[in-house]
Amino acid sequence: MREVRKRAELSRDKQAPFGPDLDLRAFSRRGATRSYDPDYRSFSPEERQHLLKAGIELTDQEHAGTFFLADASVVHCSVNRPEVEVKPILTALEEYDWLRELLWSLVAVDSDKYTAQAELALDNGYFIRVRPGAQVREPVESALYLHTDRFSQHLHNVVIVEPGAQLHVITGCTAHPGVRSGLHIGVSEFFVRQGGQLTFTMIHNWAEDIHVRPRTGVLVEADGRFISNYLLFKPVKSVQTYPTVTLAGEGAVARLHSIVIAHPGSKLDMGGRVILQAPHSRAEIIARSLTTGGTSISRGHLVGLAPEIKAHLECRGLILSKEGVIHAIPELEGHVAGVDMSHEAAVGRIAQEEIEYLMARGLDEEEAVSTIVRGFLSVKIEGLPPALEEELENAIRETGKGM
Amino acid sequence: MEMLEIEDLWVDVNGREVLKGISLKIPRGETHILFGKNGSGKSTLLHTIMGFARYRVKQGRIYFQGQDITHLPTYERARLGIGLAFQRPPTLRGVKTADILRACAGDRLSFQALAAAYDFTEFLEREINYGFSGGEIKRSELLQLLAQDPALVLLDEPESGVDMENLQVVGEIISKLLQKERRRPHREKSGLIISHTGFILDYINADTGYIMLEGRLLCSGNAREILEHIKKYGYVECEKCVR
Repeated sequence: MREVRKRAELSRDKQAPFGPDLDLRAFSRRGATRSYDPDYRSFSPEERQHLLKAGIELTDQEHAGTFFLADASVVHCSVNRPEVEVKPILTALEEYDWLRELLWSLVAVDSDKYTAQAELALDNGYFIRVRPGAQVREPVESALYLHTDRFSQHLHNVVIVEPGAQLHVITGCTAHPGVRSGLHIGVSEFFVRQGGQLTFTMIHNWAEDIHVRPRTGVLVEADGRFISNYLLFKPVKSVQTYPTVTLAGEGAVARLHSIVIAHPGSKLDMGGRVILQAPHSRAEIIARSLTTGGTSISRGHLVGLAPEIKAHLECRGLILSKEGVIHAIPELEGHVAGVDMSHEAAVGRIAQEEIEYLMARGLDEEEAVSTIVRGFLSVKIEGLPPALEEELENAIRETGKGM
Repeated sequence: MEMLEIEDLWVDVNGREVLKGISLKIPRGETHILFGKNGSGKSTLLHTIMGFARYRVKQGRIYFQGQDITHLPTYERARLGIGLAFQRPPTLRGVKTADILRACAGDRLSFQALAAAYDFTEFLEREINYGFSGGEIKRSELLQLLAQDPALVLLDEPESGVDMENLQVVGEIISKLLQKERRRPHREKSGLIISHTGFILDYINADTGYIMLEGRLLCSGNAREILEHIKKYGYVECEKCVR
């Protein structure tokens, strides 16, 4: 334990390899204290509406469990299914000695100044576990909420899907309607045991001056499946993330899907890495990025270390304004014979002839652009909450108008 | 009233004069064929009638069913009843064939039934034009027009890239689009078709043919006779004629 602390101390000022470097002193560590709210009565209609845009439904109905963290306060935490555990990570660490061994096993504490902060000044986070063999149909909903302007929120989350179990976690990350700036650091370590399946859907809905630094590591054992969906439709100052999935057991599968929109002033640096360590493991990274004036860097890295693996990376970007930048950086790395790895990357604008093709069928210009954008963003996302389907549709309409 | 009337049309494309004083009339129920060498301006004429932005009308008017459409946006022309089958349509990644057929059909008809009738159901969930063969592209274009049900049908080389097997299907759809099963006085649809081979004449009785050269309509007459002439002498005679 001391060792981890020491490494964090030494990395206090260590710059991350990617993304704009942030001065942590520019943020405050004084967050609001919000009391525990068993029936969500403390949320105003305006707040509810805002949370819904990040997929947060504020109900225990049709959820296997729920977790709500505002700044550093656990506002709500409940479980509806006996096979599922949902707890604040600080509580779980008190209960389970073995959990300490798992912390920082998939993400290095000394990766950069942000991981260091999550160790040195941890606020809280969620601990979610599903018992072996449990097939949980309803999702667990977690909400990570920045409640105070300029607050720097430091979280550490752990999800464990025990052998043969199945779970969907939906995490909505957003800020109070009055919050303009802040920093969110979220370290997440997910363990998908043999034959388990974790679907993880994360929705980011921040504000113009918020910086976001998620740090995610995932371990998938034999025949396990990890499916990640990441959605970002609204303005944010910067997001830099590079989740790394290790397929450690034979037949393990990872699918990383992301849809991001870079608005003017937004700097997005989104990566995804899958290390295929075991034979017959499979990976797919599908990224769609769209800019209406911001910068979107889309990195993908597939590493094939075992024979008979199959991996594909697809990175497509659409530029909808004069100023926007999309930079696709796909990487394939094969270390043995018998790997089957491929990638497809394309960045471009909507061609006038594509718009006119649809206009010749009777669609006006806005409808034509929306149809093309909708097609571009058509990545199959399973289990998306209905409010988010609506948000996606709104985002498509808005980008169509800007053309 | 004519279905289409064009008066002394001059059109620039990227600053280059491509159409130089085109005039023609297509009465209701008639189909006219445009012959001419590559680059003579045939596609430009069709695209100008459809109203695409690159094609700048410098002079002249276009009337559709008596209405001046010279400066109407493309989608309004489509909604009025003008339909174009593209020679080389773009691929729209992620946009399904079904999405476009649905947009074309509106509430008029079931696009699924239409696709089933022309053995096209398996294409509905595919991305439009992505990996389609030449024949599949043409069938897709013509089905879109059937769904749109335009009064004026513009076809840009409907036979190009189509194999023999598909050629018959293509011919049959065009014949249906132009109501060729009806007797002349009962036909309501009109057509303007660009053809290099004249294959279409086996499926429809074209009323008039034109030869286009260097942005001008040189001559008009019986479409079959013109085709025979081109087959025999090429366009050399036409060039002499201009001089």
